Order: sequence, then C-alpha cells, then structure tokens
Amino acid sequence: MKVNSIMIKTWAKLGQRGAVFAAALPNIAEKNKKIRLLTADLALLSGMDRFRAAYPEKFLNVGIAEQNMIGIAAGMAMEGECVFAATYASFIAVRSLEQIRQHLSHMQCNVKVVGSSAGVVAAKSGISHWATEDIAFMRVLPNLTVFSPADSLEAVKAAEYAAEYEGPVYIRLSGGLNCPVVYNMDYQFTPGELMKIREGMDVAVIATGLMVFETLKAAEMLEKQGISCAVYNMHTIKPMDRDGLKKIFMQYQLLVTVEEHNVLGGMGSAVAEYKAEFQKSPRQILIGMPDSFAQAGSQRYVWEQMGLIDWQIAERIKREWERKS
Amino acid sequence: MNISKECVDRLKKMAWRMRLNALDMALISGKNGSHLGGSLSCMEILAVLYGEVLNIDAKDPCNPERDRFLPSKNHCVLAHIPALAETGFLEHEEIFEFQKDGGRLTGYPRQVELGLEYSGGSLGMALSVGIGIAWNARENRRAAAVYVLMGDGELNEGSVWEAFMAAAHYHLTNLTVIIDRNHLSYDGNTEEIMGLENLSEKLESFRWNVIKCNGHDVKELLESFAGRSSEKPNVILADTVKGKGVSFMENRPEWHHHRLSREEYESAKEEIMRGVGQE
Repeated sequence: MKVNSIMIKTWAKLGQRGAVFAAALPNIAEKNKKIRLLTADLALLSGMDRFRAAYPEKFLNVGIAEQNMIGIAAGMAMEGECVFAATYASFIAVRSLEQIRQHLSHMQCNVKVVGSSAGVVAAKSGISHWATEDIAFMRVLPNLTVFSPADSLEAVKAAEYAAEYEGPVYIRLSGGLNCPVVYNMDYQFTPGELMKIREGMDVAVIATGLMVFETLKAAEMLEKQGISCAVYNMHTIKPMDRDGLKKIFMQYQLLVTVEEHNVLGGMGSAVAEYKAEFQKSPRQILIGMPDSFAQAGSQRYVWEQMGLIDWQIAERIKREWERKS
Repeated sequence: MNISKECVDRLKKMAWRMRLNALDMALISGKNGSHLGGSLSCMEILAVLYGEVLNIDAKDPCNPERDRFLPSKNHCVLAHIPALAETGFLEHEEIFEFQKDGGRLTGYPRQVELGLEYSGGSLGMALSVGIGIAWNARENRRAAAVYVLMGDGELNEGSVWEAFMAAAHYHLTNLTVIIDRNHLSYDGNTEEIMGLENLSEKLESFRWNVIKCNGHDVKELLESFAGRSSEKPNVILADTVKGKGVSFMENRPEWHHHRLSREEYESAKEEIMRGVGQE
C-alpha cells in the first residue's frame, strides 16, 4: 500500500487499533480473498463497521467468548482461510491462552491474534484491562511470530505482513486514539529486524510499542546533557533479531530496554536471555512495569508510577551511565 | 443411511474387531497404561461413524468436500486408531506404534492424510474448532459435514457452552455432536462430581436438536444419524457404559486410565470373543 502523510496523520488519530481495523483491513481483504475477521464483542470500539459492511460473510462477532473465538478462528484457518481474531489484549492473550497454545502454536493454524489496548492504556478500567504480560505469554509459544508496533503506521505494516504470511501471529496493539508518530514518512518494515532509528555512541536503548516514542524523546533530553543514545525499535519480539543484537552487544557498554510490560518475561527479558550467551557483553537495565501493579488511573499517571515517561527514562539512563563512568 | 440388517451386522463386527485392537494396544502400552474405559464406551459410535456415516476416503484424504471428524475427547485413541485402520487410513500393523517414540501417531500436530483432523487432549476445545469448519463449509457451499465426539466429563468446561451457544446461533445444521454419555469421568460418577443433568433439557434450551439413543446399539445409532434435523445443529446423546464389553472394566472409574496386565488381557479378550460367538 502506498502511504502518504495524510494517511499517516489519519491513522495516528485513529490509534493503532483503528488504523488496523477501520483503515487497513478492509483494503487488505479487497486483495486477499481469504481474510476473515472475528471479534468478541469489540467491533464498535475497534472500528470494524467498514469491514463488516463490505464483507458481512467474512465477519463474525462471537460475543464475549474469547476461547470460542480462537477455536472458531482455528477451524476456519484449517480450511485455508487467513483469520484475524481481535479483542482486548488483556483477554485474548490471557483468557484464551490455552486455545492459542493448542490450536495456533501446536497445530500452527493460520490465525492472526490481534490484542488491542495492550499495556496500561485502559488504565482507568482497572488492572483487569491492562495487558502487561501478553508479550511473555505469546513469545514462549513455539511457531508464533510476535509483533509490537511503535505507531499506527507500523501497526498497519505488521497487519499487512501478517495477512500475507502463512502461520500464527500475535500483534500487540498499544495505546488508544491519537497514537504518537514515530515514522512521519513511509519506510521499509522488515519483520524480524531490529530497526535503528537514532544514532548514538554511548548507550544503546532498545524500545518496543509506545515506549519507542518516549525513548526517542528521552534520547533528545540526554543528548543535551552530553549522553549520546542510539535508539532501536524492536517491532518484532519473535523471531528475535539475534544478529542485530549481537552487534549491539559488541559495540556498547550500557544497554537499556524499555517496554510497557512487566520487566519479567517481556522484551527486555528476551534480550537478556540471549545476552547471557556472551562472555563479554554490556550491562543491561530493564525499564518496564516493575513486578507489581501500580494504582489505576490515567495512562500517564500509571506510566509515572512505573518510570516510563520520557524524562524518567532519561533520568534513569543518566544515573546508570554516570554510575558506569 | 443404510440401516439394513447386513449393515448392522457389518458394523457390529467392525466394533468387535476394534475392541480387540484396543486390547492389543492397551497391552503394548505396558506400565504406562492407556485410556481403555472411555475408548470401549465409544466403540460402536466410531464404528458407525467410520463404517457408514462419514463421507471420507483414505485414498483422497484432503478432498475439501470430505466430512470432518474431530475427537474432542481425544483420549478415545484406542477406538479412533482402530477405526482409522479399518477404513484404510493406517496400515493395520501401524496401530501398535501409537505410543512409539518418534512414530507418526505420537504427539502429532495434525495429519489430515492419516485422517487425524484435530490434535489435542485438553478437553472442551474441539467444538469451537468444529464451528469454524462448519461455518466455513457453509459459506463456501461445500457439502462437508462436521462431527465432533465429546465426552460427558468435558461438559464441565465452560468453553463447551460458549460453543453450544454459538453453533445454534449460527444455525449450523451441518454440525453434529455425539456425546459419549458414559456417566464417569476420571474421579467417578459425573453426577456426584459435577452434575450434568438434565443434560437433554440443557442442550434443547441451547437450541440444539437432541436425539437420545443407546450408544452400544448399532441400529439405534444409525437411526439417530438418519433422524437428524435439518433445521438445527444436532446432538446425539448416546447412553454408554465405560469399559463396555469387559465385565471387570465396566462402570469402573479406575479403567479411565489403567495398566492392562497379561492376565487381564487374556481374560478380556476371551470375554469379547465369547460375545462375538453369542451374536
């Protein structure tokens, strides 16, 4: 799909979920006749009206029954369809985890599990609606590909790729409306490749999801204070870009990972697991939700409790950098 | 549906042969034990499905028009594998390799060419998959019908009722569930552990067409399949006996999963053979 600046702005307004379901998926389905869309009573909020109107025979709302949805999706996929199944990340990646494990991971059904409002954007609904462990659950399942896009454009690109790729995929959509823009012009999205989006000499910072934007701002703050940070966007958590990581391990003394997810089992954890294989490698700081729930509230209020706001990320990196030198 | 005496006799004999296969398989399992009880309870159900009802062809296993059979109670393997051997999906010798390390019947993901449409042992999950297949077959105007064999114990799972609700909501008349109502789960009587009754009324209230029959009577099973509604999804509530055919296993919960000794094997085999002789 040709992308222009108006589309980028519109999709940013719609947020990652709206960009995927209201804008991109109807177009994807126009070309790919095998696309099916299932939801568990989250059609309105996800902006699925256009898809439902254009393809009523390819759309199914199963009601508030996530486990059943994954099973139905698997059945359709066994018959050769490419099925997107979507609802809140907190429910799809947790309530239906066993169905995902059995039908998608083990039987390798061609289902694209799309979890929206990942992280803590649904903060005011309470912890029940957060998804701060979905990366951990999804990345330990063999055969699954796990995407965590940084902005709306990248979310669309991940969905486009997933529609063509044969195999189970989890797409983690973060944030609500008005998603910050990391990519303000079209770019090459290469699945599985760690993407360097800012040059820097001193510290390597790997971020995922909405934390990519916060980290870019933090890097600018640090630049003014004389600390040069390279920023990487890890949009593909699995398969992990081992070659890309290896280069970082060789080049830097301090490595920071930033994610809107529990520090246990998430992206930073995945990086640390691989880093453990190297005798000489940088010290790693894992920034994310400490292994405890914060008090519910607005997204930024929750982020602040977790130390996920740009200036907090910058302060933490500065502290660690000074400790090192 | 063929309900002639010849057909009934043929399917009865098929079930007997399958029972003997099951004993052989159980013996080979040795100390590991095997799921004999719940396999013996669905032997006639599978004989009728594979011997008469299912539109499948081992020579053309991936035909999109074929019927699909999903064993939701996948611990019926001692009945399912003999049924696949009876219908030419497997060589007869291969059934004895069902637990062999590295064998193609062990821990498979899904092998349509062997007639294994569904993999899974965790209960309560296959009916949803059947809905996806049935919905898709209807949308693509395929003749394929979907059959899901469920145990009664797994009806405790909540996901099962999500699926019962959905299948009727989507008017999936090409979907048939057979419940192997043997009244026992691993720990004992289903009505003592978590009561299911009145099961028939429950299913009817979920807008399914319910057909009750004796799950060991081949003729009644054939009539049940023949009498299905074309207006609603159908569920055949087959009343069965866990461990059917071997007196010391019948209605005994411990035979859900148990080791079969050589002496027990001989005695069970003798009893089944005697049954054949009496018919």
